[in-house]
Amino acid sequence: MTLGYVIYKLILVVVVFAVTLLIAMYSTYAERKVAGFLQDRLGPNRAGWFGILQPVADAVKLFMKEEMIPSVSNRTLFILAPGLSLLTACMTGVVIPWGTSLTLFGTSYSLQVTDVNIGILYLFGVVSIGVYGIMIGGWASNNKYSLLGALRASSQMISYEVAMGLSIIALIMTTGTLSVGQIAAQQHGWHWNILVQPLGCLIFIICAFAETNRAPFDLPECEQELVGGYHTEYSSMKMGFYLFAEYINMFISSAVISTFYFGGYNMPFVGRFIHDPNLLAVCGVVFLFAKIFFGIFFFMWVRWTIPRFRYDQLMNLGWKTLIPLSILNLVLTGAWMMRHEILSVFIK
Amino acid sequence: MQPLTNRSKVVVKKEMSLYERIYLPAVISGMMITFSHFFRKKPTIQYPEQTRAFSGVYRGQHVLKRDDNGAERCTACGLCAVACPAEAITMTAAERKPGEEKLYREEKYAAVYEINMLRCIFCGDCEDACPKEAIFLTDRKVNSEVNRKSFIYGKNVLVEGIEKEKRVDVSLRQTAAVLAFKKHKEFDHNS
Repeated sequence: MTLGYVIYKLILVVVVFAVTLLIAMYSTYAERKVAGFLQDRLGPNRAGWFGILQPVADAVKLFMKEEMIPSVSNRTLFILAPGLSLLTACMTGVVIPWGTSLTLFGTSYSLQVTDVNIGILYLFGVVSIGVYGIMIGGWASNNKYSLLGALRASSQMISYEVAMGLSIIALIMTTGTLSVGQIAAQQHGWHWNILVQPLGCLIFIICAFAETNRAPFDLPECEQELVGGYHTEYSSMKMGFYLFAEYINMFISSAVISTFYFGGYNMPFVGRFIHDPNLLAVCGVVFLFAKIFFGIFFFMWVRWTIPRFRYDQLMNLGWKTLIPLSILNLVLTGAWMMRHEILSVFIK
Repeated sequence: MQPLTNRSKVVVKKEMSLYERIYLPAVISGMMITFSHFFRKKPTIQYPEQTRAFSGVYRGQHVLKRDDNGAERCTACGLCAVACPAEAITMTAAERKPGEEKLYREEKYAAVYEINMLRCIFCGDCEDACPKEAIFLTDRKVNSEVNRKSFIYGKNVLVEGIEKEKRVDVSLRQTAAVLAFKKHKEFDHNS
């Protein structure tokens, strides 16, 4: 491992981190703008041109707010929880392939921070840890509403992880790899996984909504019943961290959905017009981000359209609909893959 | 019972069909509805830069009018104070001295004329009661102040300026019905 390699990885990590934070920051602005436009309003438009400086103003506001730590809370855990939430949200970005690879001065630089051969398992592991941030925060607040919100969040995330995992297993069966980089590379041209796994894609998207605690599954922070849910007692930038983590999760979810099912950095027909591999890699990054931005818009679009589920409806949907459907998907995928062997039994 | 309109619907609690239970078609049609709103023209008025026009008969801050020669019309008769349901108006009368004919229209005038804007309910009864066409409500808004005392408006705020450009236009409040009423011979003395 040379020094150059270390520097290149460091730069890539910092760039991915910075871009993630920047997009999360502007997602808050986009959310308010999209909400406004979908409701015949204009959204924030005072700070800067079209309100483009609104996130900066919001950040300043959050930092200036008084920091409250309830005297009955568990202080250490109370401070730790938002950080944990943000940390796990940021950690998922490393296995996403942001593009193919750039060749500079004879050396090839992959645009994926690390292509571990069990990338999907890593993703799931980190996502599962994500629930701890919410759980610890809700518990450490020592507040009934927070605890209820945290309980809802954890039971919801655990329930939907099952269906999500099952839908991913079907994907792993068809792609034959656990490496996220290889899954993206396999989908060149029109070989997008959504065409192979439409049902799995649908289940995965629904579960992604539940995992990120977004509407219509935003029960953990359902204002009408739980004040603010798990972050009721949080103020200032700790609260900001939770909100930030939610938007980072949304960004990473969109990136994962794009990579798993919508071809990642691939776009059909581009290879015919662009032949320079470096330019192609840059175009790949642009295409991936276009897909991600559409994904984020889709998250917001759904949020401002569909009312929240009731808690029993949420659990019914998760356990009685999505899990059987994903098992069915698994069986159908297996049957399709083994169709020659199955047919040979009958035809023989 | 006779229905008032034909719009009433009897609620039927029937089993949902499979199409309805899938829920996704309803979600998609709902999302199409919200998306159609995305490009719709927004009714927002950018307030400090754009303002909406007031109604012609809007009742805002009062003005004490002068006549065409610049003399104050108010004679401190006190009818406005009597008419005021909120008891917001107080005044002190004084006698016109020789040489003040340019300032005051008649022999008696209001030395002090105060309206408490916190008490005022902007009903316009003072305007109706005034026999001298002296007080009118205008389309100006009452400013915000930082203490209660500042809301007691004296003559320095209420009386309009002598100069042509400082005169307050109240013609919008003089609707056809009002003008016809004012033509009555009891109001001869005003013209």
